[in-house]
Amino acid sequence: MPTAAEGAPIGRRAVVGILGLGALGIVFGRDVQHGVSKVLGPVRDTGLAGLLPGGGGFELYTVTGGYPLPPPDYHLRVGGLVERPLRLTVSDLEALPATRLTADFQCVTGWEVSNVHWVGVRLDDLAAHAGALPSATAFELRSFDGVYTESLTRTQAEQTGALVAYSMLGAPVTRDHGGPLRLYVPGMFGYKSIKWLSEIDLVERPVPGYWEDNGYPVNAWIDGHPPLSRTA
Amino acid sequence: MSAGHTPPAATDTRTDAGVLRFDRIERMLHWVNATLFAVLVLTGAALYFTPLMALVGRRLLVEEIHLGAGLALPVPFLVAVAGRWGRGLRRDLSRLNRWTEPDRRWFRALPQPRSVRRHTRAALRLGKFNAGQKLNAAFTAGGGLVMLASGCMLHWFTPFPLSWRAGATFVHNWLALVFFLVIIGHVSLALRDREALWSMVRGRISRAWARTHAPAWLDEVDAEGPSAVAGRSVEE
Repeated sequence: MPTAAEGAPIGRRAVVGILGLGALGIVFGRDVQHGVSKVLGPVRDTGLAGLLPGGGGFELYTVTGGYPLPPPDYHLRVGGLVERPLRLTVSDLEALPATRLTADFQCVTGWEVSNVHWVGVRLDDLAAHAGALPSATAFELRSFDGVYTESLTRTQAEQTGALVAYSMLGAPVTRDHGGPLRLYVPGMFGYKSIKWLSEIDLVERPVPGYWEDNGYPVNAWIDGHPPLSRTA
Repeated sequence: MSAGHTPPAATDTRTDAGVLRFDRIERMLHWVNATLFAVLVLTGAALYFTPLMALVGRRLLVEEIHLGAGLALPVPFLVAVAGRWGRGLRRDLSRLNRWTEPDRRWFRALPQPRSVRRHTRAALRLGKFNAGQKLNAAFTAGGGLVMLASGCMLHWFTPFPLSWRAGATFVHNWLALVFFLVIIGHVSLALRDREALWSMVRGRISRAWARTHAPAWLDEVDAEGPSAVAGRSVEE
């Protein structure tokens, strides 16, 4: 075959070059993405720019067929090992002492949203309000999507200052973000921040949640461990 | 060089049978890959594109299908290229790998107006693949491996530092966009040349087509003689 042997093996070199670029992209891609986000950020919600990767916005995950709607008689139930089980509407929750904080949302797969404003009631405040029994060491949280669950120990709730949030990004939590009520756990990966929250049970020990059952690490600390200096 | 002229009568009798462009293994590999790519594009869109995500949901299931199709992608290629049956494929890969002076000139013709470009390229006497097809092959091979690696990092993320996971997300998302555009280009070019498209189904292509688009390859096929061609067509 005369023609096949002719010419330089550019094809192979191109493949090797692309592999090299890919490796560079994986190692330095986060910094590049930050630059891209700065450029795309202001135009993200206008037309095509919103479709490009990494405008710095949320990726709105759901594990069921779409974003669930709350049942008509929606309320948040707090039960389990407590003296006074609670049934709270969103306005009941808004009447409780509010905690406001601005913190980043970090997905375990790598994307993040900086400086998100959250308003809600701290999970440990809620436990105190319901009169949690000393034997209760963890929260078991369930979504009204009927599938998603998460859990958090009471120590973790204290260390993180986890919130049952009714407001994020300066407005009531929208349906796609997990409204009317969702959890936000600062310092932990996003999968801990259960959306469409409807039930909180105080239990003796934590039970792995939805993604943890599907291989995600139970240790969801972004830094790999609880903050060493921060105390509740 | 006389692409547009009527060939002598002796050649005309061979026109009907045409020449074998892709053997059965190559055609099967192409369509298996095309199916896997379609699955990857559709599930990838449902995982990435927010409005579609809202419609489809079921993240875990969609993720598993996407991952399965991605991991499966190299398998048909490896099976096709490895065996005795992979002769035609291996030979075409070697053709795609080698770049010659006409390939450079093919690219240099890009800025020319379409009518001029056609003449410039016809004069190049190209082999079986033009430079665009060679570039597409190199991109698909290299880019596919990068997608596979970054995709695996996104699924089995625990060993990797967070900044690498973010980097893998960056690479996977942007490269997916490039792949999407390249696939659109590939399909629209195929739809513009129905005969070439059909040869990926039937295997054979007319001598007239080969004389216009791949004259050096046609010479090569003819030089190998009718016995070689017949031998390949028995394999059909």
